[in-house]
Amino acid sequence: MTAIALTHEETATSILPGRGGFFGRLSDMFWRRPKLLLFLMLTPPLLWLGIIYIGSLLALLLQSFFSIDDFSGLVNYEFTLATYAQLLSPTNFDIIVRTVLMAALVTLASAVVAFPIAYYAARYARGKWKALFYLGVMLPLWSSYLVKIYAWKLILAKEGILTWFFAKLHLVWLLDGVLSLPVIGGNSLSVSYIGTFLVFVYVWLPYMILPTQAALERVQGNLIEASSDLGATPGQTFRTVLFPLALPGIVAGSIFTFSLTLGDYIIPQIIGSSRLFIGQAVYAQQGTAGNVPLAAAFSVVPIVIMAVYLWLAKKQGAFDAL
Amino acid sequence: MRSDRGQRAPIALKIAAAGGLLFLHLPILLIFVYAFTTEEKSYQWPPPGLTLQWFGIAWNRPDVWAALGLSVQVACIATAIALVLGTLCAAAVSQTKFFGREAISLLVILPIALPGIITGIALRSAFSLFDIPFSVWTIVLGHATFCVVVVYNNAVARFRRTQGSLIEASMDLGADGFQTFRHVILPNIGTALLAGGMLAFALSFDEVIVTTFTGGQQSTLPIWMLEELIRPRQRPVTNVVAMVVVLVTFLPILAAYYLTRDGDQVAGAGK
Repeated sequence: MTAIALTHEETATSILPGRGGFFGRLSDMFWRRPKLLLFLMLTPPLLWLGIIYIGSLLALLLQSFFSIDDFSGLVNYEFTLATYAQLLSPTNFDIIVRTVLMAALVTLASAVVAFPIAYYAARYARGKWKALFYLGVMLPLWSSYLVKIYAWKLILAKEGILTWFFAKLHLVWLLDGVLSLPVIGGNSLSVSYIGTFLVFVYVWLPYMILPTQAALERVQGNLIEASSDLGATPGQTFRTVLFPLALPGIVAGSIFTFSLTLGDYIIPQIIGSSRLFIGQAVYAQQGTAGNVPLAAAFSVVPIVIMAVYLWLAKKQGAFDAL
Repeated sequence: MRSDRGQRAPIALKIAAAGGLLFLHLPILLIFVYAFTTEEKSYQWPPPGLTLQWFGIAWNRPDVWAALGLSVQVACIATAIALVLGTLCAAAVSQTKFFGREAISLLVILPIALPGIITGIALRSAFSLFDIPFSVWTIVLGHATFCVVVVYNNAVARFRRTQGSLIEASMDLGADGFQTFRHVILPNIGTALLAGGMLAFALSFDEVIVTTFTGGQQSTLPIWMLEELIRPRQRPVTNVVAMVVVLVTFLPILAAYYLTRDGDQVAGAGK
């Protein structure tokens, strides 16, 4: 269209003289050399992220190949794999196993709790309800992380609402029974693994709902109808149609829940037993223990696990669901 | 017309979905009750009585105000930096094609994809390597790094919807690059940037993990809360602060939602 309009003008003016002024000339230069503009646009963010962020990450990785002198407590700047070998010592390896196990359980539980919410929001909620569901997931997602943990400290406290609730239902024996279980139990829910697990599920649940819902939005309703027309029970439809189609979304959500649980050190510190998770180990090693190489080696563990996880997720097609 | 319109949800699904949403919201509502309790020493439920006195006491606490001031200051600077860097990056990635485009998207997302503790400890060890003393600026440095991604996500989504022909038309009509940016591009991406900026602000305002590593003696509001959580000194004041934080963070989220709800991608979906 513009080309047609231009032919009516005098052709001589179609090539305009250069613009005057500093900004005019600058603008012309950018037009003639788009690469220069691109370069100028990319330089500040790349400098920031590339130097500050990636630089720091590499510095950290480098430190994991140093070791700490047992006698002086100073860092010995020689290349060694001894620090990584320390990760395999029983105490440290326990920490890794415990964290990965917790991350897996949290992921599984969030997937189970998230699915009905995501499915209802994707398939049945319309108009006002759709907005309500959206905000209903978004507000908890964005509300303060510490406030959420604090709320659970209130809930799980021995004198808190959950104990009161069990007492009202005359189920105190059940609560006490669960708390007296070895390993997962404890003095009260707020100092047990069950508490830690509940808070993890609560805090990361929205990250699972959103991608699952995104995947379910794309499942057409007539597929479900076709399945039931062909005689499948609801259970069969779920197993053979709905679940496989939702899986990429669930895997995408699990990236968040898994990674966030692996690296968190505040939740198990505030609600949980005194047994450490990876994040707490990193924090303790670099802080009070002053063993930065071991802290660095510990923080490589979640990076490696997540790299493997992401690679597997990519094969599942999870990134298309994000 | 979709064929599934008239269908009703199975009752079990309704219960499960409603239960899930309640699970997400009841704990936050509980904070609101605790802010009024007369009980000081424990987390007793039900509250023995209700009072408004803790609001006055919290109002007169200088440490709360200092922490709040620092949080706002850090969040403002970090958001400003993130807005500039995120927009530049989004413009470059969405308007042009070049080698390594995918790598740049990955680079932007990395600070939020990796656990916060890794970002934190990496920055801390870098600071100690170069003998940089902890200050407001070291906190800002950490925050801006992961705030870039939310601005970037919002801006990229909007750039994708903004048609390139608009920019060409502006150029054809004689506007130079800067005029085009001011009169065509900026009005188009304005609300997306506003939404991204608000989300970045909320993200920075709430951040605690990276801040524990990059902050020295100063405490932001989340750091103040964390200390109260580990060693409670005055529980009622913490209750009040927690409630105020919930209310304050809800506003930018609601605003960001209304600014971008007509778009194909709504703000905050990929925190």
